[in-house]
Amino acid sequence: MHPAFSVVIFTTATGAGYGLLALLGLLGGLGFIPADFWLGLVGMALALGLIVAGLLSSTGHLGRPERAWRAFSQWRSSWLSREGVASVATFIPAVLFGIGWVFLGKSGGWVAAAGLLAAAGAVVTVCTTGMIYASLKPVAQWHSRFTLPAYLIFAAMTGSALANALLQGFNIGSNAMPASALLATLAGWIWKLATWRHNDQLEIPTNANTATGLAGGTVRSIEWPHTEENYLLKEMGFRIARKHSAKLRRITQALAFIAPVVLLVIAFALPWPFAAIASVLAAVCQLAGMLVERWLFFAEAKHTVTLYYGR
Amino acid sequence: MTCLPAQTDKKLGLVIDLDTCVGCQACVTACKEWNTGGHMAPLTDIDPYGGHADGVWFNRVHSYEHTTELGGRTVNFPRSCLHCEQPACVTVCPTGASYKRASDGIVLVDEDKCIGCKLCSWACPYGAREFDADVGVMKKCTLCVDRIYNDNLAEEDRVPACVAACPTSARHFGDLGNPTSAISQLVEERGGVALMPELGYNPTNRYLPPRARSERAAKVDAPALEPIKAEGGFLGWIDRMLSN
Amino acid sequence: MSKTAPRGANSAPSQRPLADTHAPNEGDGVDTSPTVSDRIAKTTCYMCACRCGIDVHIKDGKVRYINGNKDHPVNRGVICGKGSAGIMQHYSPARLKKPLLRTGPRGSGEFREIEWDQALTIATERLSTIRRTDPKKLAFFTGRDQSQSLTGWWASKFGTPNFAAHGGFCSVNMAAGGLYTIGGSFWEFGEPDWDNTRYFMLFGVAEDHDSNPIKIGLGKLKARGAKVVSINPCRTGYNAIADDWIGIRPGTDGLFVLALIHELLKAGRVDLDYLLRYTNAPVLVVQEAGSADDGLFVRDSDGNPLAWDRVAKQPINAADPEAKSALTGSYEVGGRRCVPVFRLIADRYLHESYSPDAVAERCGVSADTIRRIAAELAHVAFEQTIELPIAWTDWAGRRNETIKGRPVSMHAMRGISAHSNGFHTCRAIHLLQVLLGTVDVPGGFRFKPPYPRCAPPGPKPAGKNARPMTPLDGLPLGFVCGPDDLLVDEAGRPVRIDKAYSWEAPLAAHGLMHTVIRNAWAGDPYPIDTLFMYMTNMAWNSSMNTGETIAMLTDKDEAGAYKIPFIIYSDAYYSETVPFADLVLPDTTYLERHDCISLLDRPISHADGAADAIRHPVVQPDRDVRPFQSVLIELGARLGLPGFVEEDGSAKYRDYADYIVNHERTPGIGPLAGWRGKDGASIGKGDANPDQLQRYIDNGGFWHHEFVDDQRYYKMGNRAYLDFAVEMGFIAKAEPIIFQPYSEPIQRFRLAARGHGKVQPPDAERGRIEAYMDPLPFWYAPFEEDSVDLEKYPLHALTQRPMHMYHSWGSQNAWLRQITSQNRLFVHRQTAAGLGLADDDWVWIESVNGRVKGQIKLIDGVNPDTVWTWNAIGKRRGSWGLKDDAAESNRGFLLNHIIGDQTSADANGKRYSNSDPVTGQAAWFDVRVRIVKCAAEEAGFTEPQFERFAQPPNVEPSPEVLHFGAAFRMKREAAE
Repeated sequence: MHPAFSVVIFTTATGAGYGLLALLGLLGGLGFIPADFWLGLVGMALALGLIVAGLLSSTGHLGRPERAWRAFSQWRSSWLSREGVASVATFIPAVLFGIGWVFLGKSGGWVAAAGLLAAAGAVVTVCTTGMIYASLKPVAQWHSRFTLPAYLIFAAMTGSALANALLQGFNIGSNAMPASALLATLAGWIWKLATWRHNDQLEIPTNANTATGLAGGTVRSIEWPHTEENYLLKEMGFRIARKHSAKLRRITQALAFIAPVVLLVIAFALPWPFAAIASVLAAVCQLAGMLVERWLFFAEAKHTVTLYYGR
Repeated sequence: MTCLPAQTDKKLGLVIDLDTCVGCQACVTACKEWNTGGHMAPLTDIDPYGGHADGVWFNRVHSYEHTTELGGRTVNFPRSCLHCEQPACVTVCPTGASYKRASDGIVLVDEDKCIGCKLCSWACPYGAREFDADVGVMKKCTLCVDRIYNDNLAEEDRVPACVAACPTSARHFGDLGNPTSAISQLVEERGGVALMPELGYNPTNRYLPPRARSERAAKVDAPALEPIKAEGGFLGWIDRMLSN
Repeated sequence: MSKTAPRGANSAPSQRPLADTHAPNEGDGVDTSPTVSDRIAKTTCYMCACRCGIDVHIKDGKVRYINGNKDHPVNRGVICGKGSAGIMQHYSPARLKKPLLRTGPRGSGEFREIEWDQALTIATERLSTIRRTDPKKLAFFTGRDQSQSLTGWWASKFGTPNFAAHGGFCSVNMAAGGLYTIGGSFWEFGEPDWDNTRYFMLFGVAEDHDSNPIKIGLGKLKARGAKVVSINPCRTGYNAIADDWIGIRPGTDGLFVLALIHELLKAGRVDLDYLLRYTNAPVLVVQEAGSADDGLFVRDSDGNPLAWDRVAKQPINAADPEAKSALTGSYEVGGRRCVPVFRLIADRYLHESYSPDAVAERCGVSADTIRRIAAELAHVAFEQTIELPIAWTDWAGRRNETIKGRPVSMHAMRGISAHSNGFHTCRAIHLLQVLLGTVDVPGGFRFKPPYPRCAPPGPKPAGKNARPMTPLDGLPLGFVCGPDDLLVDEAGRPVRIDKAYSWEAPLAAHGLMHTVIRNAWAGDPYPIDTLFMYMTNMAWNSSMNTGETIAMLTDKDEAGAYKIPFIIYSDAYYSETVPFADLVLPDTTYLERHDCISLLDRPISHADGAADAIRHPVVQPDRDVRPFQSVLIELGARLGLPGFVEEDGSAKYRDYADYIVNHERTPGIGPLAGWRGKDGASIGKGDANPDQLQRYIDNGGFWHHEFVDDQRYYKMGNRAYLDFAVEMGFIAKAEPIIFQPYSEPIQRFRLAARGHGKVQPPDAERGRIEAYMDPLPFWYAPFEEDSVDLEKYPLHALTQRPMHMYHSWGSQNAWLRQITSQNRLFVHRQTAAGLGLADDDWVWIESVNGRVKGQIKLIDGVNPDTVWTWNAIGKRRGSWGLKDDAAESNRGFLLNHIIGDQTSADANGKRYSNSDPVTGQAAWFDVRVRIVKCAAEEAGFTEPQFERFAQPPNVEPSPEVLHFGAAFRMKREAAE
């Protein structure tokens, strides 16, 4: 699959944004994080900013973005529509929570309710995003039990890293937050390794034989229908060399998992402001790594239509 | 509405005979010229005279070599929408632009509702979706819905353009939901197959496999020729034949 | 179910409309009944040489849609990939807009626009001077011309013998091989009996003549389960669907066929009765080595060939229906030793050198496969005979209660003919057909009227004594029957610029267009003044050795004048040849013109009936262009050519349409056979009918006369058919047409080489004539194989046109070019592995004639010693309305660059045209190559590259985006 910049940004940014929103909604609403105007403002702005930026970026993938509102109508069958509905619906409690927690400086009560609802909305939205990919049978690497948890874990992971950076930045340190970020990062790492392992060993029943109905033996493409690449190939025919892919996997691990783990450990060990710097670096590093991860998520995904083109 | 009809009155579709298709591209351009002025007009061509020509085509013909232990064969393979019974391209559509008709099973796109999110093309394993980047919407084979019921065409012409054009008679059209229809019987008789059945889309269209080197192959069971051994050899034989 | 009986080819129950075509009440707002067109114009396609009937749907003055005409005898409603893309040909941005006069150097593409009157004045002045002084200094060569009956006649009236169309570099071996053997050939001369054949052999046919009828026929064979055997080095297209693909080595088909004949003879599996009745097998041939009649037929005093009556034990007129002719033995008649033709056939082909074991390696086909095919042929021909319950009477009055047939049929085309041994290979195939008794019988190969004709047919080529202001005494192209008919001067030098009908190409029935530029440049046999060409891409894909051809077109003498002084060219598009013209006459597209597909020309009949057709303008030109034929007629009138002017000097014909209706070649016979006579009641012969074109238009653009049942088969000896053919003017007399497996006209050339006869070859030519003018088909290695180091150039290189561009340059067509805009060199997987080549590598393809660079694609379906590519995809930058980055000029390549237009020098240092020595057919497929991986920095782009052509004046750049059809929809939706 072509790793379109808009979609890579979208899924990475909204994942992190919803992760952060969920944590703020949960922890802020229930008062585990004290209501503090600047902390709240920066945190909520970061969360909602990432979400909005991601959603806006995703419209860059649309042919007719002015009609995007139509996407809310088919929630009964379409995960994309559900995602749209969920993402917009999440804004309502999120904004209410923001008003209560940030501007009114409250927690508990209706603010807690709004926070919890926003957190729930965030989780649901991330699930719908994950399901968009997990439901696509033509892409075996996505149509697996690994995809939905991955979206949830990565949202939690990047959200935690951001939340930790935020709290550390405001020097509201407890060990719980960097510990969760650390654990989430380790979980993400394990999950990613497991996913790669799974995908590398995938035995896909769909092949050039079943694609063409020509049973047995080998089926080789000798001529395409058209000389130049068409939409299908540009959108879904992306290929990545094994060597290139291995390198990017190493970069992903270094940036998204190893470096954040090291930095988070450093954050444990060092006093403020060094812990804060390490935490911010961990979050930024992880987001950068997740962009690579998401790029690979697309680049390594092989759509069945490529079988027709001998790819 | 992108929920699928529980069932359709008919299952209209195509049957493509891979034993007969010579890869002449007639169905490809016949489709293009009908549809570029038809229901989904235009089938835009970007950079049509340049180095990155990329047009919208509802029907494309591939060439493959299929090699088994029995030998090899070149197979020309037309590929277009299969009008699946479980078309995920429809159910993933967030706007209701994609739909499957309850009456005849044709999968269509209502262009006015399409936001060009392209998810349907991701959901289609067969590559039947064609994005018109110029208009920003997804287009696809309509099974010539504007021909097969068209009162402005002579009744005999109310078949898909590709079927009408095919010079080798390799394309067939009809109701695959009706087991007594001519097209269903053809599929039965020739062992027609569905593509990627394992994905569960349950495509309506069927492909008739090549017959060479199968039990359905055309054969001549000829005994080996025996040289004339009679007296005088061949010329002697001629003389005897003529004097009979 | 349709209320009327289904028409057309695709009318199987599984191809018909729904039983109820009323739109269901879906409620989705889809307009299921949009208006398709304001009117439907029925005319004839010109996207290739197939000439199908088309229905052109016109909407808002634009072409909305083109589909096949279901009633048309050629395509019966189907249409091919090109035909359906006709819209893009018609609206191509490469269309010329106005007459052009060269301003820059030749080949630059720098022109200025001029008015038609000026263009015609320039042409008239030039041509008029030529005609007054030396008319053969006009070389008039037309390419994919479908009006050769007019263009050839025009040349004849002008007085130049230098006329031909593209047949010499296309398939003259096939045409001549057939016409000299059975009085017909494949394609427009005949077709397999698709409805009855059970075993079909396809030799050397890619997408090839003829397009849709073969496809319709193959569809029928497949539907019936008849066996299809293809003999072709490449497993593409029709060969892909064969039940048996025999990937033969190029140029060895003749050997393969003669081995089949060997097997059949050895087993006595030949149709003796058929041979006696319909062929010259019993005719006695003089066997007196060294004498002037050696190898000629023994004839009676009236000139009738004689046979030996084995009952009466005396010679008898071979055509006598009562003859009990011998096929073997040796006799003495009139003091001459003689044997029947059949004896010569048996003696030659029973020889071990034609046994499957002897030829297998050379052909790349196992001996077992050859034996198996021979056995299958024999089995189907003799054990699966068919009989149609139709009574018929033969030419001698013998009545038959049924029509018997041997259901083996064959078709062969360019893969056979485009070799330097193609003529004899074509003859070998016809010999095989004749031995099996499968010509014009049920299930066999069938003639299309006006064929069969005498073998060889009618008129001889005219032009031996071209004189100023004098028409030729016939048409420039014809059929020679011996050295006396050659167009050579007293010293044996060619009369024609292309050397057709000379000792270098005696049976050159279609001329040798591929030699014209070199010969004109070299002044060999003489310099010319004007080269006048129509619709042929001689500065690119229609020439061999393209680079040198371009150099010859632009070469100047010491005085700085072009060696080919003046070039006039007519085409509808900005091809690679236009920039080399001094004067450009822009033609219309095929939808803007009148034409006639005439029985006098290359007919579109089919085996069950005669047919002809017209084109008529279905849309009007939006540019200042004129149909070439009307321009030619006007030029004829301006020049005052006899036949083109009335006695008072005024133009005889207003335009081509007027000519089509009113021209009579001989009294009562004109370009069109339908609706003749004042009232339109006659067919074939009759007065001109002023209403004729309208009658054609009313009938869907064509005329078709279906035979009655007893005229359909055995046309060579069927009284009912022969009488009809005489009535129609196809043949002069209702006499049987005797097939000529042994060709006496060819033997006459051999005798001349041996010193007999008054027209003698130059001594240097004797050896070649002796060797190749063999009265019986034989096989020899293609010339290039004998002159090239085969270790160094181990591979054969072939080309074929993709089906969607066959006989049509498709790169100006936005749809067709998307399908193929880069051609790969297809290489067998094992061969590539042996050469260390991988898929997608860029390689140099090298021959003795040069090298060209392209990208390879590995396949299995090709003879391992053969590489091939799609032809004429590579284009020159600046042509065809393509942008500079188009794949055609950057990644596509033209194999022509490395195909020599001449053979290597012989012992005398002489180089001949790279052609068949009998007919002059261009030997495109003889080239031997090697392939070498190119250096890394050389990969990714083709070579050689040529300078970009300047664009003609006032040409808008080709569009960046095409939304063809959007306007129809907008208008439709606005109307709702």
